[in-house]
Amino acid sequence: MRPAFSVILLTTLIGAGQGLFLALFTVESYATFKLLPASDSAFLAGGSLLALALLIAGLIASFFHLGQPRRAWRAASQWRTSWLSREVIVLPAFCAIVAIYGLIHYSGVNPLLATLPSGAALSLSFVFGSLGTLLAFTLFVCTAMIYACLRFLPEWHTPLTVFNYILLGGASGFTLAAALAAALLPERVGFFVGWAVLITLVGLISRLASLRRNARLKPRSTLQTALGIKHPRIVQKAQGAMGGSFNTREFRHGQTAFFLRNIKWIAIVGAFVLPCLLLAASGPESAAALATLAFFIQYLGLLAERWLFFAQANHPQNLYYPCIP
Amino acid sequence: MTQLALVIDLNVCVGCSACVTSCKAWNTSGAAGPLADLNPYAAKPSGTFFNRVQTFEIGAYPATETVHFPKSCMHCEDPPCVPVCPTGASYKRQEDGIVLVDYDKCIGCKYCSWACPYGAREFDELGKVMKKCTLCVDRIYDKSLPENERKPSCVRACPTGARLFGDIHDPNSPVAQAIREQGGYALLPEWGAHPANHYLPRRKTAMHIHEDELERADNPLLIDSELPSPSLSEPSFDDVASW
Repeated sequence: MRPAFSVILLTTLIGAGQGLFLALFTVESYATFKLLPASDSAFLAGGSLLALALLIAGLIASFFHLGQPRRAWRAASQWRTSWLSREVIVLPAFCAIVAIYGLIHYSGVNPLLATLPSGAALSLSFVFGSLGTLLAFTLFVCTAMIYACLRFLPEWHTPLTVFNYILLGGASGFTLAAALAAALLPERVGFFVGWAVLITLVGLISRLASLRRNARLKPRSTLQTALGIKHPRIVQKAQGAMGGSFNTREFRHGQTAFFLRNIKWIAIVGAFVLPCLLLAASGPESAAALATLAFFIQYLGLLAERWLFFAQANHPQNLYYPCIP
Repeated sequence: MTQLALVIDLNVCVGCSACVTSCKAWNTSGAAGPLADLNPYAAKPSGTFFNRVQTFEIGAYPATETVHFPKSCMHCEDPPCVPVCPTGASYKRQEDGIVLVDYDKCIGCKYCSWACPYGAREFDELGKVMKKCTLCVDRIYDKSLPENERKPSCVRACPTGARLFGDIHDPNSPVAQAIREQGGYALLPEWGAHPANHYLPRRKTAMHIHEDELERADNPLLIDSELPSPSLSEPSFDDVASW
């Protein structure tokens, strides 16, 4: 498939936003259950604002993918069948919850709603945080299922697609949380760095598994099944278009195998290896610089990873255009 | 349940592209607005077509065969493009099985084209929406046309009659009979979309002549062989003498 830059930006930006929100709520849940001292609400409010900014930036990027962006509101109608429609509903809902969560911490209006027998005090922000967590995971699933549900694109049609979206979004979000904590809440940097490295490493395993799976896939369709003509040697003489068509442009990435191999290593090193090394190397003084650098390198690596994700999917309609490399 | 569809006879198609041009002419002139036609007379012409004819060479010279292969929307019985549409712009009509796009609802996200294994949908760079074959839905029910003209434009244009149109669910329709009796098949059957359009394969009409047909084995009297030639003075009879 031809990777659309708007979709690459959408999936990576909202992934980082969702991951950042999950990181914020993780630290708040730890505090709720008295595993960590209560966090500074300025950090949670600032983090929510940053997460919201990422989500809205992703939403704006998605509009550039549309031919008729003014009709985008219609995309919420087919939630019964379309994962894209579900994503269109869940994304704004999640934005709203993140905004409310941030406002609660910014305003300090955070009444205690209940106290569990264990002594954990459940506040309003905990309720909205739990709701936001649910929506963040729902959004990850919706985004990934847009691709994973297409059964004749075997590179995408696997549960690994869903795991990758969750893990890679989570990894970049927790790395960003570490960078943010280095500026606003230095005593929690270690907490976020630990989580970020762990999620990045699990993400690396999951992504390598999907790369390995893709390399071993055997195409189910051939030119023979596409035409219904049983002959081992079929050569195309005319493709039905002189100057190319939508079919010759939309379904190929147009890059060489050499480029594809390089982008794979850029993605692996940029999205996983370097961020882990940078995060692991960060000390009390260097955390702000190293974690920030780790986030930006990881984000660029994820752009390459997402490009590869789209480029690797081989659409069966390409069988009708065997002349095009 | 009616399922309108095209049946394309690859044995008859000569690859003239009359179906392509007549389709474009009809569908660019209708109420749905023009189909994009970018650089039509320049080096890289590119436009939106609902139907294209490709040409394939089967086999290696000298044992080659040329197959002209028209392809348009298959109007699948279980269309994978329809459930993925986020706006409901893509839909399958219950009454006749035609898969259509509502150009006023389409947001041009191209997701349906990713979900179509046949590459039957084309994004229109002019209208910024997804377009595809409508089976000339604005023709086939048009009561102002004479009844024999209520067919898709491509079917009417085909000079060799390679394109049949009808209800494949009606066992007595010419299309259903053609599929049944002439080995009609579907493209990419492995994906389970159950395309309604079918193709009739290339057929060879070969004549087999056996040895005993050249030299009659069942002729012990050798009636066909040369007859005796009696001298001119003797009487001659038909079938007994050679003159």
